[in-house]
Amino acid sequence: MRVNLRVRRLDPETDGEPYVQSYSIDAPESATVLDSLLQVREEVDGTLAFRCSCRSAICGSCAMRINGVSRLACKTKAIEIAPRGQGIDVEPLANLLVVKDLVAEMEPFFRKLRELTPWLVPDEEHPPEREYLMENRRAVYLSQFAGCIQCGVCYSACPIVAIDNEYLGPAALTKAFRYCHDPRDHGRAQRLARVAREQGLWRCHTVFSCMEQCPKGVDPTQAIQQLKKMVILRRLGLSR
Amino acid sequence: MFSHDVLVVGAGLAGMRAALEASHRGVDVALLSKVQPLRSHSAAAQGGINAAVGEDDSWEKHAFDTVKGSDYLADQDAVEILCKEAPADIVELERMGTTFNRREDGRLATRPFGGAGFPRACYIADITGQAILHVVWEQLQKGGIHPYEEWFCISLIVDDGVCRGVVAMDMMTGQIQPILARAVIMATGGLGRIYQPTTNSIISTGDGTAIAYRAGAPLMDMEMVQYHPTTLKESGVLITEGARGEGAYLLNSLGERFMSKYAPEKLELAPRDLISRSEWIEIEEGRGVDGCVLVDLRHLGEARIKERLGQIRELAQDLANTDIAREPLRVRPGMHYQMGGVKTDVDGATPIQGLFAAGECACVTVHGANRLGGNSLLETVVFGRRAGRAAAEYAREHSSPAAISEAVVQKDVESIQELLSRPENGDRPARLRRELGETMSSNVGVFRSEEGLRAALAKVRELKERYRQVPVQNKGKVYNTDLIQALEVGFMLDLAETVALGALGRRESRGAHARRDFPERDDKNFLKHTLARYAPDGPRLEYSPVTITRWQPERRAY
Repeated sequence: MRVNLRVRRLDPETDGEPYVQSYSIDAPESATVLDSLLQVREEVDGTLAFRCSCRSAICGSCAMRINGVSRLACKTKAIEIAPRGQGIDVEPLANLLVVKDLVAEMEPFFRKLRELTPWLVPDEEHPPEREYLMENRRAVYLSQFAGCIQCGVCYSACPIVAIDNEYLGPAALTKAFRYCHDPRDHGRAQRLARVAREQGLWRCHTVFSCMEQCPKGVDPTQAIQQLKKMVILRRLGLSR
Repeated sequence: MFSHDVLVVGAGLAGMRAALEASHRGVDVALLSKVQPLRSHSAAAQGGINAAVGEDDSWEKHAFDTVKGSDYLADQDAVEILCKEAPADIVELERMGTTFNRREDGRLATRPFGGAGFPRACYIADITGQAILHVVWEQLQKGGIHPYEEWFCISLIVDDGVCRGVVAMDMMTGQIQPILARAVIMATGGLGRIYQPTTNSIISTGDGTAIAYRAGAPLMDMEMVQYHPTTLKESGVLITEGARGEGAYLLNSLGERFMSKYAPEKLELAPRDLISRSEWIEIEEGRGVDGCVLVDLRHLGEARIKERLGQIRELAQDLANTDIAREPLRVRPGMHYQMGGVKTDVDGATPIQGLFAAGECACVTVHGANRLGGNSLLETVVFGRRAGRAAAEYAREHSSPAAISEAVVQKDVESIQELLSRPENGDRPARLRRELGETMSSNVGVFRSEEGLRAALAKVRELKERYRQVPVQNKGKVYNTDLIQALEVGFMLDLAETVALGALGRRESRGAHARRDFPERDDKNFLKHTLARYAPDGPRLEYSPVTITRWQPERRAY
């Protein structure tokens, strides 16, 4: 099968201006976009830079824009998006600076996550004897959000991040919800105060882009709406 | 010059657990990885993490299962520590925030796993590794640890027999720098990429193992390479043992649950080495399906698959066009795990002073000749923690390394300069890697023989020769993965040589090491560990005794 890639490239050492380079390779029908990029790098052009690791949609390395949509390259079959060998546009994640070619500078994404106390704040005074007891139903529900792999797809897909670079973004807010909703956590008040700030969760316009493009079915839109509910109930004095 | 008390190389679960522990003990800790920590291969662990947390279970039962699973090659003092300390370590992960699945009464749920006499794999659906990795990483975000993210470790600085730090490259700038440390912990994971296909991530190239080996640390039991019974045919991607833990069947082309012939009691929950051999025989004798066997989950029902095996359902759909709730999935044995590694004691210390190792790159050894599913995540947290503690204590007791001479760095700078200035007529690194993967898979796989192993060793040595001419097309400084790959292939070739040579020397069959020409286990001559030491013209093999505390070797049947 012929795979034709049109890759947006940027080499900070030589040009400074992005350009599009086309590659045409003969790949097996099972090839994902990541497989195709690897084949290009290994057989055609060793200067092409991109991140990848697990090939099975769990490490979150290979998020990029493919035909304008933010996705994981390892979870995108070339034949499905270009059945007749049409050109496939491959670009780095949006809303982030580019280090080189498809490698985005992820630090702002992780910085926003770090700002929201992304860990369980334990009850120091009454620690449990063994594990905390929890209903399985709750654990399973929390795992949906804890299953976020921090790939950055939602951040790139979000139209609000696009117009406001300081907006916290779907992934960080999802992490905040995941811990605020965790019955073991005692950091809710602090976290809710942070997400309710000016460039926090009220910026979300409920466009559902994050929900639609999340490769893991995490549903950040739901997490953000639940978080809004928590903030409102707290402001109204109806919950802690 | 950068300088720290403890420098951890590798930021998967073992490395991060070690860093967390060391930092809790009040020393200055740095964590270096060639990828952002969440991209580490620990995230790909699916099925579970073992601990005897059930009321009727005990650490002794867990230890016995582990020793028997290892085909008696595990060091039993280390296994005792692993299994005794497991419940507290799992509870700690839970209290850090991991969303483990629960029983009716709210306590940790467990599922059955291969080779275990009791359901003792704690789990989070089929994303156990990812869920735990993220929680441990989140703990590190509280601060206090110096990150070197996307830094590539090139070599160890060993001065007069004492480890003083590493030489590493900042991948964002291409700059090569020494990072001094009183103690270094290697936690770089496995070497799966010396095989093709493999379940391992593209980054699993054995860097730390090779770097320690080149610096003089002996590697132990390198011939012990695990094939996982259920991997996808083309990509080699893993389908969790949790599928069989939940009750999936393995079927041949006749629709038979063929494991009844090979492991009449344990069936699909026999240990991985035994199932992989059984599948191999079924396929070889003509009862395979397109070079595979089938894993059938249909009877589990869609709801249970959705709740507990959602990830593999999606992977099977995406990569094999199969809905496991509706049809059986083609799977076959695939290279999965390296039991061997840098020899350490039970506190992660290697024979090189100041150098520690933990996780898959280390060999304590709790897995011996065959690891049980659910014991690798466990090893990372138990021995990661212990190595972190020991390294912190070591750092407290030893003074800061004196300034080292620039010549140490110069050697690496020059060899990389040389690599970058080669003419472009040699074979690219990827070509050598592919040939290596093919020869290892064909000759050092599920079944082995003298002839095949000799062929593999000859091929590896030929590749090492060709590696001297390997060119790097990309001459740039920023994020030069072409250069990184060339360095990785160099590491992989050194390690592959120790695997093939170790396998040649072990003229018996034990655990994952199955010799067609020596089909029996031979305790009289081979109840011992293989040690490979670096020499410029190839590894030197030595042997050392196995520690036996309370379980004498017995016939191993399931």
